[in-house]
This record gives sequence, C-alpha cells and structure tokens, in this order.
Amino acid sequence: MDKLKTLACTAAKARLLAVQMVHDAASGHPGGSLSCMDVLTALYFDVMKVDPSDPRNPNRDRFVMSKGHCSPALYPVLALRGFFPVEELKMFRRIDGHMSGHVEMKHVKGVDMSTGSLGQGISVAVGMALAGKTQQQDYRVYSILGDGEIAEGECWEAFMSAAKYKLDNLCACIDVNGLQIDGRTCDVMPSEPLDKKLEAFGWHVIKIDGHDYAQILAAYEEAKTVKGQPTMILAQTVKGKGVSFMENNAGWHGKAPNDEQMAQAKAELEAQIKELEG
Amino acid sequence: MGEKIATRAAYGNALVELAEKYPKLVVFDADLAGATMTKGFSQAYPDRFFDMGIAEGNMVGVAAGMATCGLQPFVNTFAMFAAGRAWEQVRNSVCYPGLNVKVIGSHGGLSVGEDGATHQCIEDFALMRAIPGMTVLCPCDGNEMRLATEALLNYEGPAYMRLGRLAVETVTDAIPGYQFELGKGVTLQDGSDVTIIAVGMNVQMSLKAAELLKAEGISARVIDMHTIKPLDTELVLKAARETGAIVTTEEANVLGGLGAAVCEYLAEACPVPVVRHGVNDEFGRSGKAPLVLEAYGITAEAIAECAKKAISLKK
Repeated sequence: MDKLKTLACTAAKARLLAVQMVHDAASGHPGGSLSCMDVLTALYFDVMKVDPSDPRNPNRDRFVMSKGHCSPALYPVLALRGFFPVEELKMFRRIDGHMSGHVEMKHVKGVDMSTGSLGQGISVAVGMALAGKTQQQDYRVYSILGDGEIAEGECWEAFMSAAKYKLDNLCACIDVNGLQIDGRTCDVMPSEPLDKKLEAFGWHVIKIDGHDYAQILAAYEEAKTVKGQPTMILAQTVKGKGVSFMENNAGWHGKAPNDEQMAQAKAELEAQIKELEG
Repeated sequence: MGEKIATRAAYGNALVELAEKYPKLVVFDADLAGATMTKGFSQAYPDRFFDMGIAEGNMVGVAAGMATCGLQPFVNTFAMFAAGRAWEQVRNSVCYPGLNVKVIGSHGGLSVGEDGATHQCIEDFALMRAIPGMTVLCPCDGNEMRLATEALLNYEGPAYMRLGRLAVETVTDAIPGYQFELGKGVTLQDGSDVTIIAVGMNVQMSLKAAELLKAEGISARVIDMHTIKPLDTELVLKAARETGAIVTTEEANVLGGLGAAVCEYLAEACPVPVVRHGVNDEFGRSGKAPLVLEAYGITAEAIAECAKKAISLKK
C-alpha cells in the first residue's frame, strides 16, 4: 500500500476510535476532532520525530493541541502510534479513568502539553520553539488551532512573538472547518482573510486541502525549508469529516452519538477502512 | 538594620547575581523591565531575557512552554497584570500541569501611589492563593528577597511572588538566627499578649506597632509570614495557643489573603480572636504612596489599634 493510502487508512481507524470513545463516554467533541484527523495523523505517522518508547526524549519534536477539546483526535492517534494501548481509550472522561475530557499531559503518555482553554496552547508552542532556539536544539514544534479559537486575542499575541523571535522551528496549522459551537465562523466572528492576516503578522503561510495527504505532507516539507519565520498551514477541512451525518454540522461540535448513530458511523468508517485496505 | 532598598530592586540584583549559578534561569518581561528591575539581567544576559511586549497572557504561556523543555522561567510584570490579566494562563497553563514557572508581580498593593487604583493590585494574594498547588509569597525586605529568589530557583513548581515599589528598611538581617525557608514564617520578636502576623512591608510596620504597644505595657509577638501559601500552620497554632489573640496585616484586600488564610486555619484548629488589618474591600486611589497608605489606614498606629481590639476580644 502506498504511503498516502496507509496514512488515510490510519486516520480512518483513528476516526472510528474517536467516535467510539465519545459515544462510550456519552460526551466529548467529535466534530473538530474528525476535521483535523488527517493533519494530525500525518504529523504523528510521517512528519514528527517521536519515539513511543521514549516519550520524554528532550530532542523529540513537540506537538501542542491548542484546540484542547480535540482529545478524541489526539488520544486515538497517540494510541495507534504506540504510546499506550488502544484499550485505554475506554477511560476517556470517566471518573475512574485517567483520560481527562480535554488534552492532558500528566497522565496520558505522549502528550506534550495540557490544553483546553482556547488560545493558550499556541503560546506554549511558541515557548517550546523558543526553548529550542535558546538551547540550540534542532527539534521542531507543531500545533493545531481551531479557526474559531483564533478569536482569542492571545493567539495573535503568540503569532507576534513567534515572528519576533524568527521561530522557523515552529509550524502551526489552523483547522479551518468554518464552524464553531454557535454556528458558522463567518457569522460568529469572521476570521478571514487568514492568509493575509498571518502574512502581515510575519508568518509564512501555506494553504492546503486538509484532507489531501499529498498536500499535507508537501506543506510540512515546505515548512522545514523556511528560514527566519514561523509557518502557518491553513488547512481547509470539513467538520465531522468521515461520518456523513456529522459532516458540516455545527451541532456535532460537542455532542455524543447515540447507539444507533454510533452503529451508522461505525459502518461508514469500517467501509472506508476496508476500501483503503483493499 | 538600616539599609533601605525596594524589594523589586533587591530582586533585580538577585537575578543578576544568581544567573551564573543557575544556568537554566530565563527571565521574561512585558515592557516593564525598567520598573520591575529586570533590566539589569536583560543587559547582563541578553540571550536569556525575553521582552514579550504588552501581552501578559502570552508571556505566561510562552514561559510554560519553556518550562516543559527544562528551563526555569521567571515572568515579570506588575502584580495587577501577573495575577489579574494573566490569571487564567497561570491557572491553566502553569499550575494545572504543575510547571516550573515563577510568576513575579511587582508594584503590589496601594504603595504604587500616584498611578492609582488601576495599578494598585490588592487582590493578587487572594487570586493566586485560590489556585490549587500555587505557592504564594511576599518577602518584606531586601535581605529576605534575595534569599527568597534563590529559594524559588531551588523549588520545582509554580509560585507567585509579590514585590514592592517603595524602598523599605532592611530588618531581617538583624534578627539572630534568621533563616529563610519557603513555607516557614519567622518570629522576629517574641511577645505574650497578642501576635501580629505580617507580610511584605507590613512587617516593618508591625515591628513599629509592637514598640507602640510596648509603651502601653502590651507584649506583642511579631511574625514575618513571607509565605502565605502554604501557610506555616504550626507557627500560627503556637501563636494562637500562647498569645490567645491574633492580628493579621497585609497591604492587600482583607478578603482572601493572609488574614483569610489565618482565619480559615484557626477557625478549624484553635479558634481565638483574629483581627484582619489591610485594605477594607475598597479600591485605592492616586497620591503619594505614604499618603495613600495613611488614607487607607495601612500604618503602624492602625496595626497597634487592631492588636488592642484583638486582646479585648479574648474571652
């Protein structure tokens, strides 16, 4: 199987785990988790230097899920990558479990930063990249933000500081799925034109289809060649991607599927996996 | 005893002095390096100093990211913006993951003076103390500040430290056997009728209050409680049992700070009268610092009156 197909297949499996864990917990955030799953899978299975047997290696690449509610994206990807057994995902959001509702670093192996309060993760990613420069280490730092999240002023503070310190070891990605809790991002708080804004803030900007692996990998390769400025990948995505009834529906931002909906989602995702494996 | 230096100045000197010994120390400021006294460090160690501009929330987050990579960040701004503006970053990006970031709030309390209420943070003790796992301290003089700064460098975890704007008399260097330990108050003067538990520059006021009380035949113990959290409950309990009446005094709102911490503890451990001296739940205002303090009753005389009230409440 070629690399791109393998990645797509891994992402489909991660999507199934994501929907399953939200269903089992009867709470969580499937919409934005599914939209960023292809980018995240590409990061952990191709782009980033990480070693599941040595998750705290000081030279590892780092990742910060700035939209910290997308734990159903990060946890399954980390599990499939081998940081912990897939069975642990059953502990998501449970009182007797260790997998907090929002991304958490102290109890979940492979997580580099606890997040959840929007706007804060990208500042932390800037700090990790600045630490790399300060300590002359060559690791790279990656982050995913939501397009609703960037209404938080702190994001723009972080963008300014990353440009000031010429953090070419930082590559962030905005998951532009166009929807947030209250509706369309263009109605709630218009954010476009993101490319012009980011460029004006001193970032190198790459626009891609966030579900096209060739474009995703090419963008991350391009980012590695950029010198003297951070890179922002604007990934156009579909909220709820991969589950027909969740796609492009803001209602699935933070809602769990019932048993019947789970069965349908499972059937759809298993069909995708089968097709990709076949 | 005698030298006068602002705790912010002593802190700035300490950073420079300790930089070689602690190579992981990095210092952040938010466009206030001249006032917070990090300027000396910025000139001596430009590669370890980061001016993040007027963006305190981001500064705290960036420091948190650096802490995950093994560095020891000290973030600096006015107490108002460290504890106020950046409160949620301190809570969620520093304390919740338990990262080794030191949040330094300069210009705490009413003694900011002329700048007025918007810059006179009287809520920082309460705000920072409310966060699980946070250590909160406010050294009283230059000697204690130097020792506290090094203690923070040897302490792994989040902490908030308040610095003062005004030059204050150094008193701790004259105390026999004085030692600085995080979380351990220091009895500066023994006494048997009442105990004054003070923090920050109210320590010096309390020593004067004890003199005023002595002239009236009242024996007052004075405790320098530089660390508000974790509170030195052993020392508080001993004072309650031995003197039977307590005054707390701080240049902060009487709600939620040192006075609250002492009351919360004693109500459950050894109820004795406690009179809380501080800012009585109102905003400050502009004026020369000593006049503002006087206007709000942050004086040795007022502390002495509180001591007499506490004694009168004894059963």
